Amino acid sequence: MENSLENQTSTLNGTDNNMETTINWLAACRVEDAVENGGVCVKHGEEQIALFYFTRRNEWYATQNECPHRKQMALSRGMIGSSTDEPKVACPFHKKTFSLSTGECLSGDECAIKTYPVKVEDGTVFIGLSA
Amino acid sequence: MKKQQIIVIGNGMVGYKFCEKLKSKTSSFNLIVFGEEPRRAYDRVHLSEYFNGKTAEDLSLSTESWYDEQEITLYLNTPVTAINRTEKKVYTPNGLSYDYDFLVFATGSAAFVPHIEGIEKEGVFVYRTIEDLDLISNYAQKAQTAAVIGGGLLGLEAAKALIDLGITETSIIEFASRLMPRQIDPAGSDMLKSKLTDLGLKILLNKNTSLIEGEESITALKFSDDSHLAVDMLVISAGIKPRDELAKACGLEVGPRGGIVVNEKMLTNDPSVFAIGECALYDGMIYGLIAPGYEMAEVVATHLAENGNKTFNGFDMSTKLKLIGVDVASFGDNFINEPDCRTIVFEDKHKGIYKRINISNDGKYLLGGILIGDAAAYNMLLQTATNNIPLPEHPEELILGSRGGAEGSASGGLENLPDSALICSCEGITKGGICSAVTDQDCENIDQIKKCTKAGTGCGGCIPMVKDLMLYTMKAQGKYVRNVICEHFNYSRQELYDLVHIHEIKSYDEVLDSLGKGDGCEVCKPLVSSILASLWNEMILQKGNDTAQDSNDRFLANIQKGGSYSVVPRIPGGEITPEKLIVIGEVAQKYGLYTKITGGQRIDLFGAHLSDLPKIWEELINAGFESGHAYGKALRTVKSCVGSTWCRFGLQDSVSFAIEVEERYRGIRAPHKIKSAVSGCIRECAEAQSKDFGIIATEKGWNLYVCGNGGSKPQHALLLATDLDSATCIRYIDRFLMFYIRTADPLTRTATWLNKMDGGIDYLRNVVVNDSLGMAAKWEAEMEGLVAAYQCEWKTAIENPAIRKRFSHFVNAPEEKDPTIQFVDMRGQKRTEEWKTV
Repeated sequence: MENSLENQTSTLNGTDNNMETTINWLAACRVEDAVENGGVCVKHGEEQIALFYFTRRNEWYATQNECPHRKQMALSRGMIGSSTDEPKVACPFHKKTFSLSTGECLSGDECAIKTYPVKVEDGTVFIGLSA
Repeated sequence: MKKQQIIVIGNGMVGYKFCEKLKSKTSSFNLIVFGEEPRRAYDRVHLSEYFNGKTAEDLSLSTESWYDEQEITLYLNTPVTAINRTEKKVYTPNGLSYDYDFLVFATGSAAFVPHIEGIEKEGVFVYRTIEDLDLISNYAQKAQTAAVIGGGLLGLEAAKALIDLGITETSIIEFASRLMPRQIDPAGSDMLKSKLTDLGLKILLNKNTSLIEGEESITALKFSDDSHLAVDMLVISAGIKPRDELAKACGLEVGPRGGIVVNEKMLTNDPSVFAIGECALYDGMIYGLIAPGYEMAEVVATHLAENGNKTFNGFDMSTKLKLIGVDVASFGDNFINEPDCRTIVFEDKHKGIYKRINISNDGKYLLGGILIGDAAAYNMLLQTATNNIPLPEHPEELILGSRGGAEGSASGGLENLPDSALICSCEGITKGGICSAVTDQDCENIDQIKKCTKAGTGCGGCIPMVKDLMLYTMKAQGKYVRNVICEHFNYSRQELYDLVHIHEIKSYDEVLDSLGKGDGCEVCKPLVSSILASLWNEMILQKGNDTAQDSNDRFLANIQKGGSYSVVPRIPGGEITPEKLIVIGEVAQKYGLYTKITGGQRIDLFGAHLSDLPKIWEELINAGFESGHAYGKALRTVKSCVGSTWCRFGLQDSVSFAIEVEERYRGIRAPHKIKSAVSGCIRECAEAQSKDFGIIATEKGWNLYVCGNGGSKPQHALLLATDLDSATCIRYIDRFLMFYIRTADPLTRTATWLNKMDGGIDYLRNVVVNDSLGMAAKWEAEMEGLVAAYQCEWKTAIENPAIRKRFSHFVNAPEEKDPTIQFVDMRGQKRTEEWKTV
């Protein structure tokens, strides 16, 4: 399963019909390997990606695993939750919070984190990486 | 035009207050202050709190920059040595001189030291400044017994300080036939004496000390009746002596028994020279309280700034204070007797309460009174007396409470007070001022009120009433303030605790579904998890609760810089066999861990990879170790000294008791971490008085101290009960812990919890020792339940494949470790890399 990539062209639903991009889908893990209402860390070469299974909302999110505040590989071990309706993760080190949908830092800092699309097919969870 | 120059001699409370008041009224003067002490003005009224953990900085009345901001020149360590009133100059020890247009004496007072032979001996102290306290505290380390000369207000304060320093055998020696002769009558003194005796103080009345015995240092006191008292140290607190020597030397008029003579404008016989505070003699009287001192400062500041004609006309000397846990208050005309008035007296020797009120012969007005043991009614009684509020039909209800079965007025009569009623006499704040701070400036807590109005910032005696007034006013406005958890739960921690308990809910998701809304967050998740653990003591990583745990609980280890974890096996009481020590060493070697002895007599192993944690614990558990819960808001460690099994001073077997206590409460989760210690004698090598609950051996059993902590705001634990047998001690700790777990705000240590508790340690003692809430049996049963449910959660974790699976860094490469974790060498071990960016 590790590092298996699936190439596929997908059209993002935007107003601009020319927005066409190739996404490489990384098969990250089986659904049952993910942590309910929490995160796991996915290895992709040298990269680390945090994958969150927000069971309560039946939503999946993926972000960079590194917290930009102190450069710690830790976000996958953070608590997730919501602020009004915005899904978020709190870094276990200093509780900086980031939006899971936009990557924006919700603790008033400049730094944002990278986010990735996620899809589930036949019990396998895929993380979308731009080609 | 050149600014006129004011020189203030003395940087005590009143001198400081004068500067503050003057600067708030005008900036048209140059202000120079000379202080003899090495530090800025500090709160002398609460001096004994210095021994309760407050620092000199905490006691300071101003910040370091305040004088600069106010453009006041402050010279510390600089006594004024002489004054030339003709040339209007003051001189300092370095030979410099300073000109003044106006001079203000705020030199205060010194301790009055009677002429007793041998008074110069080592081990004899006065109780006045922070420096005095430092000397006393140093000397007390080698003292077992102590005495205080003086049974007045200050003497009792000094005795409290000695008890706080750990000298349990302390005597108070008073020349008069009763304690606090200025404030209370003989019957009140008897009650106070019996309460203080219960607390372990020896009270000697009618004693005239004639000789201080000893070679170089004091060993005993001899009295005029030829009796002796062996003591290791002596604190003299027999009254005050106005510091008028400088005034006398420059020819100002002083009283025959001391004090600089002033008129109603606080002017001396020199129209450019004022005197305020304890050095001033007005109408033949020295005012040794803070409120009149502040009033004098106000009079002079008004006079200078506005040429106002405010005058000082004597001052109400009503006082209320808590002496060694006993309320003592006197107000108005406290000593007036029949036939000039009628008195109503209530005496309860069982509870140690004495109350006396003096009412006018026509029964219409309250003239004064005395309260011992329970002074809750003080503020209201004082207001009733000073504002001439007509008495109710049954004035005895003022001290007995209404017994007619009808609900008393909820606001305790606050609504009857006129707006002009003076609530904070130190700062001169009226009821109207406090109410408008709530209605017009939206103050909703005591700190805001203090900031806004300064009420309660002097002696602090009015704070309960200020709080009542604030709540009363808020209520009248329809405001109700609660400490709710976060956007997902509209409850306080205690409310949620009770609800989860009643509904018997066991998982975070169910709590959120049935009591909250939204998806939770990093605030409510750990809080609810802590409540669930405190209530049911189930393994915290099951039932989907794993992702609701805080970072450290989630992986049962402490996350460290870089993302590695540390491991702390439980070593109860700090006792460990050589065999087990070797196992720890071997495990550390095998997994490449940095080892360090902790402050709590355990061994911390740092630098473990997430995926190594189950393997490390498997080896430790096989060798007989169990989780130390260093990662949890739970009982950490019960430190001990070696005790009577080895130590030649030891009174009890402190190690065995520490192990018993640690094994009883291990794993129990609470609003914050809990630390404990057991010392085998009063030398206190285990530092039990810095713990959430600490136990110190006595000849007869154990003394139990509660609510101390180290950390950023250290606080000494307070004595809860004395000479307990082991079983009773455990029972009291059960009750204490359950009370704390149930009622504390999140992340609140026991010390802060107690600080916020109305009634403080007395209330807590009543709940825990006297079972005043009737909860003791329930709490003991709940604690038994928690103790019985204990499991080593690391044992459960390594035996459960589903839980164990979560201890890997990569979901898609479980055997690989996080390559970003890097270590560097240091002194033959490893350490983690610094944060990569700051």
